[in-house]
Amino acid sequence: MTDAQASAAPPILEVRDIGKTYGSILALQGVSASVGVGEVLCVLGDNGAGKSTFIKILSGAHAHTHGKLLAYGVERTFGSPREALDLGIATVYQDLAVVPLMPVWRNFFLGSELTRGFGPFRQLDVKGMRRITKEELAKMGIDLRDVDQPIGTLSGGERQSVAIARAVYFGAKVVILDEPTSALGVKQAGVVLKYIAQARDRGLGVVFITHNPHHAYPVGDRFLLLKRGTSLGDFKKSEITIEEMTKLMAGGAELDALAHELARA
Amino acid sequence: MTTTAPAVTDERIKPAGLIITLLRRPEVGAAVAALAIFIFFSVSTTAFLTPAGVATWLYSASLFGIMAVAVALLMIGGEFDLSAGAMVGTTGLIVGIVTTEWGVNIWLALVIALAIALAIGAANAFVVMKTGLPSFIVTLATFFILQGVNLAVTKIITGTVSIQGMSAVPGFDAVKVFFGSSFALFGMDVKISIVWWIAITALATWILLRTRSGNWIFAVGGQITSSRQVGVPVMKVKMGLFMTTAGAGWLVGMLQLFDVSTVQATTGIGQEFIYIICAVVGGCLLTGGYGSAIGAALGALIYGMTLQGIVFAQWDNNWLKAFLGGMLLLAVLVNLYVRRQAGVRS
Repeated sequence: MTDAQASAAPPILEVRDIGKTYGSILALQGVSASVGVGEVLCVLGDNGAGKSTFIKILSGAHAHTHGKLLAYGVERTFGSPREALDLGIATVYQDLAVVPLMPVWRNFFLGSELTRGFGPFRQLDVKGMRRITKEELAKMGIDLRDVDQPIGTLSGGERQSVAIARAVYFGAKVVILDEPTSALGVKQAGVVLKYIAQARDRGLGVVFITHNPHHAYPVGDRFLLLKRGTSLGDFKKSEITIEEMTKLMAGGAELDALAHELARA
Repeated sequence: MTTTAPAVTDERIKPAGLIITLLRRPEVGAAVAALAIFIFFSVSTTAFLTPAGVATWLYSASLFGIMAVAVALLMIGGEFDLSAGAMVGTTGLIVGIVTTEWGVNIWLALVIALAIALAIGAANAFVVMKTGLPSFIVTLATFFILQGVNLAVTKIITGTVSIQGMSAVPGFDAVKVFFGSSFALFGMDVKISIVWWIAITALATWILLRTRSGNWIFAVGGQITSSRQVGVPVMKVKMGLFMTTAGAGWLVGMLQLFDVSTVQATTGIGQEFIYIICAVVGGCLLTGGYGSAIGAALGALIYGMTLQGIVFAQWDNNWLKAFLGGMLLLAVLVNLYVRRQAGVRS
């Protein structure tokens, strides 16, 4: 389904032969990929493969030094995360930017609170914020008993999805998820994968960074494989199997041990 | 392929009972303790519940309460201010000296004292935020500086360690209406500071729970990096909090000065920890991000009732300190228990 959608719409975000050097260090080179409406791009790679550099370029934290970055078909160089955010490119970092002791709805609107009234009598629209939080979370398939509970009481997967829902509500067209499943158990990781699918079905582009092929494969439409700062290729789901992907990522030497480990998992 | 969105409810979350819901409010513990102490002294002493008795402990509680509420806001925002007590003396001395020694207009003197207090508060915030040093250390320094300056400067200018003759200053009675007057209510002689205390507690509660600034105070105290990431103006919030505490110090300084028309150079010294204790008894966490203005006001009420109750019961005054320590320990333990019950992982 999503392949057809992606080919009809222009990609929201596309990189062509993009690269980044920090002084004399080549952090990333020759990477091409794209993410369209209702599409999930999985970025896979082991530690040090260049995943972080890739996110930093997409999110506007660092400008690229080689190649092209296109948003809605227009070439751009982001000078700050704000510029990326204004184009609807939102990044959900691993620490999620939440305050554990504060209620879910206060976290949802933190920094962009709704208010009503004038001048010194301007106060929070508590009812409105509670209602919107509940609605937006319901759209993600999360039914919270109580949006007044501290966000710290939610499970890791739920917190992740609140952060995604928040990015979506505040205008994100593409959500970049930095290793959302890496700190989670199997079940919770499954929950997050479900929310990624949910976001995709609502027409968002998702860039899902992970080092786990088993998390990426079920939900991804395209797979960008990175190794030591270079691209091993950008594959459609039909072009690659999970075994091939694992093999590419792991490389020859460790393969037997890894295959053994995965077979038992 | 379409993904349906079933409502996700986790069977491991058991519905919180009424008790837990109540215990989630930070001020509940203090309210229970305040009630118990009220009943105890009402039964065990004859003077406690008389109109004169009530007026006395309410007045006592009000002066601590105003400061405790301001300190609570600051603590929720994740900082301490140990200079808050000395500030009460500093502002009182400034007004006393410039009016009695130099003949400055009394209204102007009030403004000068407020401006100096706010500047010191802003300086505290600036140093804390720019250096990243703990506010405990920075304001400890401010505390000692103010304590020394209060005594030394007062001695240089007046030759003594107190200000006399305030009531002879022109305009004293007009200002006294705002800071030192009292009115009759239910047979009590109610001091104006009690009105200030209630008004400030109400205002602080409204700000904390119903305004953007309040949301930001909880956020900067709870998780400063997250707050920055979502665009909360961290510096402004902390600056505002330190200045609020300093401003509250000025208010209490004026309330004391115009009530008794004199001020000692040692006024306020040693009170800074009582404000913090009141805030903690009222449910503030020492680590920031959690607490309540009403709780802090109740903490001050507990302190005021005990302070005067011990006098009425004719016990040795030293029991107060022991009681205070016990109260603090109990409050911290209750807070810990509550946080575990509420299931807050942080």
